[in-house]
Amino acid sequence: MAEAAIELIGINKSFGPVHANRDINLEVARGTIHGIVGENGAGKSTLMSILYGFYQADSGEIKVNGKPASIKTSNDAIAAGIGMVHQHFMLVDNFTVLENVILGAESNALLNSSIAKARSELVRLEREYGLQVNPDALIEELPVGLQQRVEILKALYRGAEILILDEPTGVLTPAEADHLFRILKQLKEQGKTVVLITHKLREIMAITDTVSVMRQGTMVATRETARTTVEELAELMVGRRVLLRVDKGEAKPGAVKLSVKNLVVRDSRGVTMVDDVSFDVRAGEIVGIAGVAGNGQSELLEAISGIRNAVSGSATLDGKPIDLTGAADPGELRERGLAHVPEDRHHVGLVLAFEENENSILGYHDDPRYLKGPLLNIDAILADAKDKIEKYDIRPSNPRLKTANFSGGNQQKIVLAREIEQDPGVLIVGQPTRGVDVGAIEFIHKRLIAMRDAGKAVLLVSVELDEIRSLSDRILVMFAGRIVGERGPEAGEGELGLLMAGVERKEAAE
Amino acid sequence: MDFFDVAVQTLDSTVRLSVPLLLACLAGLYSERSGIFDIGLEGKMLAGAFASAAAASVFHSAWIGLGMGILISVALALVHGFASITHRGNQIVSGVAINFVAAGSTIILGQAWFKQGGRTPALAPGERFEAIVFPGADAVRGVPILGPIYSELLSGHSLLVYIAFLAVPFTWWVLFRTRFGLRLRAVGENPAAVDTAGISVEWLRYRAVICTGILTGIAGAYLAMVQNAGFVKDMTAGKGFIALAALIFAKWKPVNAMFACLLFGFLDAIAIRLQGSPLPVIGRVPVQFMQALPYVLTVVLLAGFIGKAIPPRAGGVPYVKER
Repeated sequence: MAEAAIELIGINKSFGPVHANRDINLEVARGTIHGIVGENGAGKSTLMSILYGFYQADSGEIKVNGKPASIKTSNDAIAAGIGMVHQHFMLVDNFTVLENVILGAESNALLNSSIAKARSELVRLEREYGLQVNPDALIEELPVGLQQRVEILKALYRGAEILILDEPTGVLTPAEADHLFRILKQLKEQGKTVVLITHKLREIMAITDTVSVMRQGTMVATRETARTTVEELAELMVGRRVLLRVDKGEAKPGAVKLSVKNLVVRDSRGVTMVDDVSFDVRAGEIVGIAGVAGNGQSELLEAISGIRNAVSGSATLDGKPIDLTGAADPGELRERGLAHVPEDRHHVGLVLAFEENENSILGYHDDPRYLKGPLLNIDAILADAKDKIEKYDIRPSNPRLKTANFSGGNQQKIVLAREIEQDPGVLIVGQPTRGVDVGAIEFIHKRLIAMRDAGKAVLLVSVELDEIRSLSDRILVMFAGRIVGERGPEAGEGELGLLMAGVERKEAAE
Repeated sequence: MDFFDVAVQTLDSTVRLSVPLLLACLAGLYSERSGIFDIGLEGKMLAGAFASAAAASVFHSAWIGLGMGILISVALALVHGFASITHRGNQIVSGVAINFVAAGSTIILGQAWFKQGGRTPALAPGERFEAIVFPGADAVRGVPILGPIYSELLSGHSLLVYIAFLAVPFTWWVLFRTRFGLRLRAVGENPAAVDTAGISVEWLRYRAVICTGILTGIAGAYLAMVQNAGFVKDMTAGKGFIALAALIFAKWKPVNAMFACLLFGFLDAIAIRLQGSPLPVIGRVPVQFMQALPYVLTVVLLAGFIGKAIPPRAGGVPYVKER
């Protein structure tokens, strides 16, 4: 094995009472791709932030290329040859690519020479690593895949030998992710060291040489990727055996519960986001809508759930018309048995500053069960919340706790419990497992299957193709606002990926 | 007097009246581009006006007056910075507090030191910035059209007027052609990007509010030592707020800011010129109405005529490192 590019020895870091990193030891060999996996909150990001100088460890030692390094600020990290691609891109949206690349690495007080230098340097990097991007494009006009490329260019421009990527594929299409992996392999061939943080085990298996697993702030294992399996890694991450495949029986579709015809939705800028979309969802089936984020799925969900007015089109719920172009509002639709788990639980699904029990009745607070005359019946609400906490294994099990203090997975369970426990006939779910850890994903998937088996109609929108494929009984693929194809659950990833990328219908159908 | 003379005179007073607005507007531009909203332009200008008038009359020097005005204004800017950058306080509250402190303390200190009802002693000619007369201004006065424009409109202003207008291209150059400007614009849009690039967000923002303090100090000095001959209580009369409105109207761009301030200055000049003189058709208009006109127009313009003004995205939000 090659010499260690990074060595972390006995790293400890606490945030108040939370021990985020506990005696972490890690060795990353030079010229390799090293994966770090773990559930949300396992301490991966904290560890990398320490390495990048965002935080300082309470104790422990960092060695870069065998020499002890004192990394107190991001500047120290950059000087030590460490570059980081953050999960949320650290780019200035209304700057050009060039401006973003030179920010903080300008050669002198005036910009002209920096820009000229960066321009020629970008040409070189493009040649060497296949990192094409128009240097004069504005960041906000670039697709996320290219934005990420700018982040990588930023790091390389600063002379990074060690590149840390934090959850890099969360926002990418399968094709974009593949391209990223090719770039990473190329970087590795040129002798760079790559540290890849992710919770997607398939990526780890596909690209890394070595993988380290973190759980609850400790480093529980390091394995050579070739000598481990997805099952073993999942078990190490969660600390118990996890069922990765969803167990489900044959679907028994019944009557049409939700029917949408020729729906057209425009966004606030007036751009048509949903273009003449029609489909049915039957009782006892899960219909999955696959697609790359931003192809109209969000607007479709918002229109069907009554949050956003459609421009035209019609819809029926249990055979009775609902007016999605105006009159339908989320409250009325809920009363008629259409429940909605929104994509963005932080902004739409929950009020984070509220207590858990308040969120667990939000939207159903007019239900006589929760009322005592004109006032809220606090006792009933608390009892109801306790009941849901128990059923859905929401932790911590305290209904008076502020919702912001729950982890992403538990917040999602709060929303799911609220909507599912109303026993709706139709459940619309957007990104049910975004930012949710492996253990909770398993639970959420089981609940959705249980809804289906209870004869409910479920409409699932997700950018996670694996999730769509394992849960859906029928898969609709959305591209540029249209439904470009319908497939069964047995459809291959490659076929769906082509459809999602908008490749000609007949080609993909072959 | 024929129409042309009236026009030149009106434009001349437009220039004079727009100078304090322009300086304050550019001051706000530095701060807001860095992500620090500053509603305290008014207070800093007022304190700067008082300090410069007081110092000029005590030390008999316009330059010491200007220096003291800038010093006090920068000090207040740093207070705003300390509250909103270091302590991540609410920027509006901090700005409002500065306005109150300035309004109150200038009167109290003025009365305690000079005993003239909150005024400072009237400044003698040597204690003010004198008009700079361009070479040949008197000689060409008689030349039709170009003569009056050269001698009235371009020549004959105080140094601070020329500084104000030169600050426009200078600010543009700083913002778009220097490293400091690039970082300043970046920190107002996405401070996390600046932080991860290894640049101190706090120090960058402090430098921005210092720029703001310098410019509001000059604006105050102009009011007390050029437009007037001494400090009068509340002499800023809302100019700091009009400057903020102009800044939004200008969409946080320096050249636009100049035109916005000239527009507001023009309205002021018109209002003064039309006071007391009957208008055709309408007849005599109350003085108060004419005085209110610029403010009414501010509201109208801001409410509907500027299109979408997108403020710096990180504006008003204290920067906290995320986990």
